[in-house]
Amino acid sequence: MSGTGVDMASLRYEVRIAAPASVVWKIIEDPASIPKWFPGIIAADVEGSIRTITLATGIVIPEEILAIDALQRRFAYRILAPQYRSHLGTIDVIELDERDTLCVYATTAEPDTLALIIGGASSGALDSIKRIAEGG
Amino acid sequence: MGRRILFITTDQQRYDTVGANGGLVARTPTLDRLAAEGIRYERCQPTSVVCMPSRASMLTGQYPSAHGAWMNGVPLAVDAPSIAAHLHDAGYATALIGKAHFEPFLDPFGRYPENALAHLGIPTVESPWFDGRRGVHRGFDHLEFATHGVLGPLHYAQWIREQHPEALGGFYAVVDGDLNVNAAGGGDTGAPQVAINPVARDWYHTDWVADRTIAWLESQPVERDWFCWMSFPDPHHPWDPPAAERARVPWREVALPINYPQRAEDRERLLDQKAQHWRMWYDGRLVSNYEAPAKWVPATLTADQVREVNALNAVEVELIDEAIGRVLRAIRERGWGEDVDVIFTTDHGEFQGDYGLLFKGPYHVDSLMRLPLIWRPAPSTAPSPTVVSAPVSLVSLAATFADIAGTARPDWVEGERLPINDRDAQDRNFVGTITEWDSALFGVDVHVRTILTDRYLYTEYQPGSVHDGSEGELYDLVDDPLQRVNRFSDPTLSEARSSLHEQLALHETREVERAIPGRLVAPV
Repeated sequence: MSGTGVDMASLRYEVRIAAPASVVWKIIEDPASIPKWFPGIIAADVEGSIRTITLATGIVIPEEILAIDALQRRFAYRILAPQYRSHLGTIDVIELDERDTLCVYATTAEPDTLALIIGGASSGALDSIKRIAEGG
Repeated sequence: MGRRILFITTDQQRYDTVGANGGLVARTPTLDRLAAEGIRYERCQPTSVVCMPSRASMLTGQYPSAHGAWMNGVPLAVDAPSIAAHLHDAGYATALIGKAHFEPFLDPFGRYPENALAHLGIPTVESPWFDGRRGVHRGFDHLEFATHGVLGPLHYAQWIREQHPEALGGFYAVVDGDLNVNAAGGGDTGAPQVAINPVARDWYHTDWVADRTIAWLESQPVERDWFCWMSFPDPHHPWDPPAAERARVPWREVALPINYPQRAEDRERLLDQKAQHWRMWYDGRLVSNYEAPAKWVPATLTADQVREVNALNAVEVELIDEAIGRVLRAIRERGWGEDVDVIFTTDHGEFQGDYGLLFKGPYHVDSLMRLPLIWRPAPSTAPSPTVVSAPVSLVSLAATFADIAGTARPDWVEGERLPINDRDAQDRNFVGTITEWDSALFGVDVHVRTILTDRYLYTEYQPGSVHDGSEGELYDLVDDPLQRVNRFSDPTLSEARSSLHEQLALHETREVERAIPGRLVAPV
């Protein structure tokens, strides 16, 4: 409760990766690649701007891809499942220097609890992206 | 052969719900007998007043500031130290049956082994623990999980969905559509988290936990040493025990708690003496943590709701007591009765009407911090029954298990083994226990440190989004056992306050290997 009347939960996780930004972007730019780097997502089907992911628990979630911006290296999407009144997920790949990258995964959503669940899982995704990018 | 260990925990159970501790609502003959035959502790504190940090302390023997699971929703690192692994290495068969909660429940991705184990079956080779020697997860070689309801992937939920699907609708929905703790009222009084549940008693999770414990024990060779953690999800909310059992404790006949002022102005006067977040929560101006319904305002709690919650809590405590009795009979029938240590406790308490509140949060008073703890040593050791009045902590459990097993205390354990009497406590300097709270949820962070001695309960609120670091609470337990008069600013206690502050500071700066604090990844 912020007292401002603006109460949607917003979570941000980031990781510094010892790899060029182009390498990191290559991992995430294909929306169908998400099972390779997001723990707990075991399948993703992409048709046009709609991506349907399947979780390890069997839950199926439809998403809309909003932006795949290779210039800014920014990926944006939103979850369409009815449990979410609102959702925006963004992944930003920011070049620090030729060999180092900052990867930022942000989730803004309502209800709060679901934002935390998705946002919390995204921290595990960043760990995977780092491991893959660094050749682990 | 060594001494076997039956470690029994409940969830969210107050000290005064046990007959041996003076409880008058629930009948607990099994626990009372264990207390009469062993050691009953009058001042046992948790390291945290919520489940995950407290349970992680039981497993690791460390405070949350060391093991890193600092609030609910922060998983204990998968490679964190584990007393179960230590016992497994010493030749013990190890099992945990019931509620674990070292990892988040709200895990739709199935990323955590507690959820994945239940979903995928046992064992899973994905666990780094599963090297063929140390058991499938955290040193346990057998795991069967349950929690407070019938939702989710855990074993009990799967079992009742498959075996008794007609019973599912009778359980209270612990969370609402937003996955917040449900504020919906039920029962006869409309109290939150209360429901009249027509489920048959032997389909309810209390009896399921006992049944599965007996099944595991019966699968063990008679000569095998074992450590079995039997972990009941009750009497944690929701209060929805089998309806046929409700008549055990008619709620209209239950006396109101001594610490429940019936007049609103008296409740408010008590709360206004404490740190500001108490009254803010009571009035519905602050939600500091996930563990109470966010959409429920404590000021709306009625006396009848307090009676009904306490009655249903007592019903659940009685069912647990009888389930423990069944397991102890099974142990005797296997011929193990003389060689089993039984330790009974819980992870934290519950307000149950104290100060006009329900549930729990960053409120360090006896309601949430004074816990039942009973240790009935193996009868073959000819224990001397006694009562320990010195302050002890759940952080001592791991070292106690190691000692029972005849092994050295692992070097990662912070807590000393439990004293066997007050003389032992005095000799080994059991003079104070620490309870920690850290939370940061949806823009609200709260940080609390508390020390309990034989005389005082002292709390400091560190700077956060609610407190500026200047607030605290100090209760003289001799003059004020109900913790109603906050003497934090009383100049006559400045010397005591200074000493207590020093002890807290020593705890904060203690030299101990600390895990990197875990990430908050779920509400619970």
